[in-house]
Amino acid sequence: MAMLEINNLGISFGGLRAVDNFNLTIEKGQLYGLIGPNGAGKTTVFNLLTGVYKPSSGKVILDGADITGKSTVEINRIGVARTFQNIRLFKAMTVLDNVKTGLHNHYTYSTFTGIFRLPKYFKTEKEMNERAIELLKVFDLDGEAEYLAGNLPYGKQRKLEIARALATEPKLLLLDEPAAGMNPNETQELMGTIHFVRDHFDMTILLIEHDMRLVAGICEELTVLNFGEILCQGRTTQVLNDPRVITAYLGE
Amino acid sequence: MKKMSKTSKNNLINYGIVIAFYVIVQILSATGNLSNLLNGLLVPLCIYIIAAVSLNLVVGFSGELSLGHAGFMCVGAFSSAIFSQVAGSSIPSVPRLILAILIGAVVAAIFGLLIGIPVLRLRGDYLAIVTLAFGEIIKNLINILYVGVDSKGLHVATSSASLQLESDGTQILKGALGISGTSVLYKDIKNSYFLIGIILVLITLFIVQNLVNSRSGRAITSTRDNRIAAESIGINVTKYKLMAFTISAALAGVAGVLYAHNLASLKVSTFDYNMSILILVYVVLGGIGSVRGSIIATIILYVLPEMLRGFSTYRMLIYSVVLIAMMLFNWAPASRAFRERLRERIVSYLPKKKKEV
Repeated sequence: MAMLEINNLGISFGGLRAVDNFNLTIEKGQLYGLIGPNGAGKTTVFNLLTGVYKPSSGKVILDGADITGKSTVEINRIGVARTFQNIRLFKAMTVLDNVKTGLHNHYTYSTFTGIFRLPKYFKTEKEMNERAIELLKVFDLDGEAEYLAGNLPYGKQRKLEIARALATEPKLLLLDEPAAGMNPNETQELMGTIHFVRDHFDMTILLIEHDMRLVAGICEELTVLNFGEILCQGRTTQVLNDPRVITAYLGE
Repeated sequence: MKKMSKTSKNNLINYGIVIAFYVIVQILSATGNLSNLLNGLLVPLCIYIIAAVSLNLVVGFSGELSLGHAGFMCVGAFSSAIFSQVAGSSIPSVPRLILAILIGAVVAAIFGLLIGIPVLRLRGDYLAIVTLAFGEIIKNLINILYVGVDSKGLHVATSSASLQLESDGTQILKGALGISGTSVLYKDIKNSYFLIGIILVLITLFIVQNLVNSRSGRAITSTRDNRIAAESIGINVTKYKLMAFTISAALAGVAGVLYAHNLASLKVSTFDYNMSILILVYVVLGGIGSVRGSIIATIILYVLPEMLRGFSTYRMLIYSVVLIAMMLFNWAPASRAFRERLRERIVSYLPKKKKEV
C-alpha cells in the first residue's frame, strides 16, 4: 500500500483556485520531488498536507489513515513532519532543547512530575537527552547542542529543522526547499544527508526544491506543478526532459 | 549533562539570592539598622516578587501579554480574606493561613482558566485586551459586592440593606469599604509574615523554574518562539499557553492572599490598572524571560521610591530617570557590549576560574 495517497486535492482562496485536482501517490521509502515555477502552489500543497489549510475538496490518505481536514497537531501525531521554507526554529532555545521539544509526544511525563521532580522526570529527561544527541549526531550538530538555535549558521539551522522534524518520529517527512540559500558545497552535503535520512530512518520523503541539481540528484520521481495544476508526473529524468516542463520554467 | 548543571546552578543562585536577602534583612533588623519604614516594605516586597515572577511566566515564557495581573491578585485577596473571616478563630492560625493561601490560589486559577479558554485560542494580542478589561471588571464588581455571614450561612448582595442578615450576623465585605480586620485574626503569627513571604517566594521560584525546565516548559517556550513550528511538531499550543496562564494566575492569587492578610483593611481600589502595569514594569525592566531579573528589578524598583521620599517633590523625577537608566543598562546594545567586556576583564583577573571555563 502507498504511504501517501492524495486524490483530487484542491483549495480556493476567494475566487483563486490555488491548487486544483491534485493527485499524488508516494510509496514507502520513496524520495519524491515536487517542483514548479514560483507561485505554482507547492507550499500550499504542503500546508494542505499538514493541516495549516483545510482543503475545499479531495482526500489525503497517510498509510491507510484519512487525514483530510485534521488539525496540524493531529496530523503530526499521525505521522507527518515538515520543515519550512523560511526557517522556523525555536531561536531562543538551545539546539538540544529544539530537538527535545520535537520528542514531546514520544517521551512523556506529567507537568506535576516535572514541577516536583519525581524520579520519572530524571529517567525520562535522561532518555530524551540521549535520543536528542543521537539525532544531532546524524546531522553533525552534537558539538553545538548548547548553542542557541538562532546563533547557528544558516546551513546548520536547516539541518536542525530536519532533526527536529525527525524527532517526532514521522512516517512521512516534508522538506520545503531544504537547499534554499545554501552554497554548492553545502547542497552537495545536504543531498548526502537526505539520502542518509531515507536509508537510516527508513523514511518516506517529499521535498520541494528549486535547485535542479539536487532534484535530479536525489529524487526518484517528480511532480511538476504550474498555476496550481499538475503539469507532468513521472520518473525524474523523463520529467526534466519533458518539453512542457522546460517551457514552464524557461518560457517559450 | 553540562547544560543541566548550568541551568540548575542558575536556579540555585536564584534561591540563594532570596535566602541571602532574608539573612541580610534579619541581621540588619537584629543590629537595629532597619528603619521602621523599610521594615514595613518587606512583606509587600515579597508580594511583588511573587507577582513579578509569576507574570514573567506568561510574558516571558509563553510570550503573551497580560495587563490584568492585579485582577488575579484581587480575586485571590478577597476570596481568601472572606475565608479567613468566616473561618475566624475556629481553625488555628497556621493551618487557617495555609488554607487561605490554597483557596486564593485556586480561585485565581479558576478565573485564569475561564479567561484563558476562549482567549488563548486566538492569535494576536487579544489576551492583553481581555486581561486589561478583566482587571477593571473584577474591581468594579467587588466594589459593589456585600458579603455577610450569620447562623444561616453566607449572604451575598449588591447593597448593605439587601444582605438581610440575622441579628447575630456580621458583614465581611462592605462594598467599596472592603474587608477590614483580616490581619487582626492572625495576631499571633503577624511577626513572621516576612518569613512566610520569603517561603512563598521560594515556592513560587520552585514552581516556575522547575516548570520552565521540564517537558511542559519546553512546550510553553516553543509556542512563544514559533507558534506554527510548535504546532507542526505536535504541540497543542492552546493547552500549553493555558497552562502557563493558569499557573501564573494561581501564583498571583497567592500574592493577593499575602496582601490581604498583611493589611488591616483591604480595599479593592488598590488593585487597579497601575498595579498591573507596575508589575509588568518590573518584569520588562528585569529582563523578559529572566526570573532573576524579575527578582532584582522588583527589589530595586519597589524600595527605591520609598527611599527617595526625602527628595519629596523630585521623587518621581529621580525614579523615572532610574527607570530609563535601568532600561538602557539591560537592553541597549552598547551597554550589553560593555557588560560583556566587563565580564571578560573580571574573568581574566581570576586565573583559576578561567581554567574551569
